[in-house]
Amino acid sequence: MSTEMSTDQTLAPVVGGTDDVPTVTALPGRPGVPFGRTLQAELRKMVDTRAGRWMVIVMAAIAVLVLAAFVIWGPAEDASFQGLLELATLPLAMLLPVLGIMAATAEWTQRTGLVTFTLEPRRGRVVLAKALAALALAVIVLAAAVAASALANVVGGTGEWDLTAAAGAGLVLALLIYVLQGVAFGLLFLNTPVAIVSVLVLPTAWSIATAAISALQDAGEWLNLDSVTTPLFAGEMGGKEWAQLGTAVAVWVLLPLTIGTYRVLKREVK
Amino acid sequence: MITVENLTKRYGGFTAVDDISFQVRPGSVVGFLGPNGAGKSTAMRMMTGLTPATSGRATILGQPYRELHNPGRQVGVMLDASAQHPGRTGREVLMVAAVSVGVSKARVAEVLSLVGLTEEEAGRRVRNYSLGMRQRLGIAAALLGEPQVLILDEPANGLDPQGIHWMRGLLRRFADGGGTVLLSSHLLHEVQIVADDLVMIGRGRIVAMGSKEELLSRGGTTVRSTDDARLAGLLEAADVPVTRTGSGLVVDAEPGVVGRVAAEERVVLLELRSGGSEGLEEMFLGLTAATSREGDAA
Repeated sequence: MSTEMSTDQTLAPVVGGTDDVPTVTALPGRPGVPFGRTLQAELRKMVDTRAGRWMVIVMAAIAVLVLAAFVIWGPAEDASFQGLLELATLPLAMLLPVLGIMAATAEWTQRTGLVTFTLEPRRGRVVLAKALAALALAVIVLAAAVAASALANVVGGTGEWDLTAAAGAGLVLALLIYVLQGVAFGLLFLNTPVAIVSVLVLPTAWSIATAAISALQDAGEWLNLDSVTTPLFAGEMGGKEWAQLGTAVAVWVLLPLTIGTYRVLKREVK
Repeated sequence: MITVENLTKRYGGFTAVDDISFQVRPGSVVGFLGPNGAGKSTAMRMMTGLTPATSGRATILGQPYRELHNPGRQVGVMLDASAQHPGRTGREVLMVAAVSVGVSKARVAEVLSLVGLTEEEAGRRVRNYSLGMRQRLGIAAALLGEPQVLILDEPANGLDPQGIHWMRGLLRRFADGGGTVLLSSHLLHEVQIVADDLVMIGRGRIVAMGSKEELLSRGGTTVRSTDDARLAGLLEAADVPVTRTGSGLVVDAEPGVVGRVAAEERVVLLELRSGGSEGLEEMFLGLTAATSREGDAA
């Protein structure tokens, strides 16, 4: 840290201090903090509160309960590895977006943004770190679900290892899309309850509308996130399916993500 | 060093901060004093890059806040002590900040003891903290990166009298080490204890600025005697302006002038002092009255 007598010329009236205290200049270096540290901090913030930790515990517990119930009472012939895994990830598809929402909204609902955005003023990097942290956490939860499904398959299932690589990858991709949708809606509304309700209600309302109104049916095929991810779960993606997935993701994930990020960048932190 | 030049913030037709300029030099603890809604917090948010300025600029250590490398290492900021996630423990709040700023776990323990939070208190969730404890936690977070500059919004709010004196000691030592402190307050007596210099703001504008002594002595001389009526007459006869207050006289002259008149005419003085806080207090009350909304008076 270098010391000089006076660095910036200003006409602003001086208050306090004396001339003999040396002026300290700013530390050299790029603005903000290294991204790795921001990511680490955001990941930590997702699980260091009761709400965050319980979300993860509840998701894992529901997956385990569903598996146990199915192995005990379900039709034995369906209890293959893929069948069990699909079952275990069903509650995750509902709850993982909430994790993403909570990551995105906490800075504003609890006003912790006052600290977060003074430590890293480049808010875009904080948004990126939040999205990556939510995805990383989803992968960890998913890994737990895979392990639990494998265990259930060995203990009480058919013992069939029938998951194809395409279906496995599709499952991961679909869940990550849902998590990112949660982050996007969280950023868009910056309000936890509104974002949660929107994530649950809006796509459903849209699929009902497309089913009921014949004029919307064609659009529904391309813009219904639930229907376009069905072949993804099944591992049956062709060119048209990928295009449909792309358009639906663009509308339901990328669009809110873009608007939400813009909002966070421009919004006054109070 | 904090430099603010012609900083202005408008919300539609409302001007929250109106063309303020001042520079806080290292080695000083400057109080940013004004009634609620005067624009202190808005100005501080503009200094720290959280609120874009309508015009003007603010720099910290010669750079705009958003350009600072690892700002937590250079500027300690506390803008609202109660803006903490209630579900985190005090220690966890600091741990998260430590990860981002890039300081060790040992430094977290260090700042906790520096602000007088015990191990047991640090392990409690913030939801169970008193406002005073939240203030201490906020100060700890601000000090975490061993910064050169502190920007604190209402740090003494919620502290008991001992706490306020403790804060004075802490900030004075920080400034004696070459640090720069800007802290806001809406309470005159509070900022009088903690700060050495004042920037007074009302309705977005700076109304007075300078050292505490300088501002205090603007109030003239306060005098009280066994016979105030006679003393007032004598002073007026000597062409010295006198104002009668409830508990004595405020004279627009040096204490020496008043003392000489009293001695010559054998008036028994009970009190004679420079200024008192009346001048500043009256100015401050005037601001408060002008900016407070109707209905608040009840």
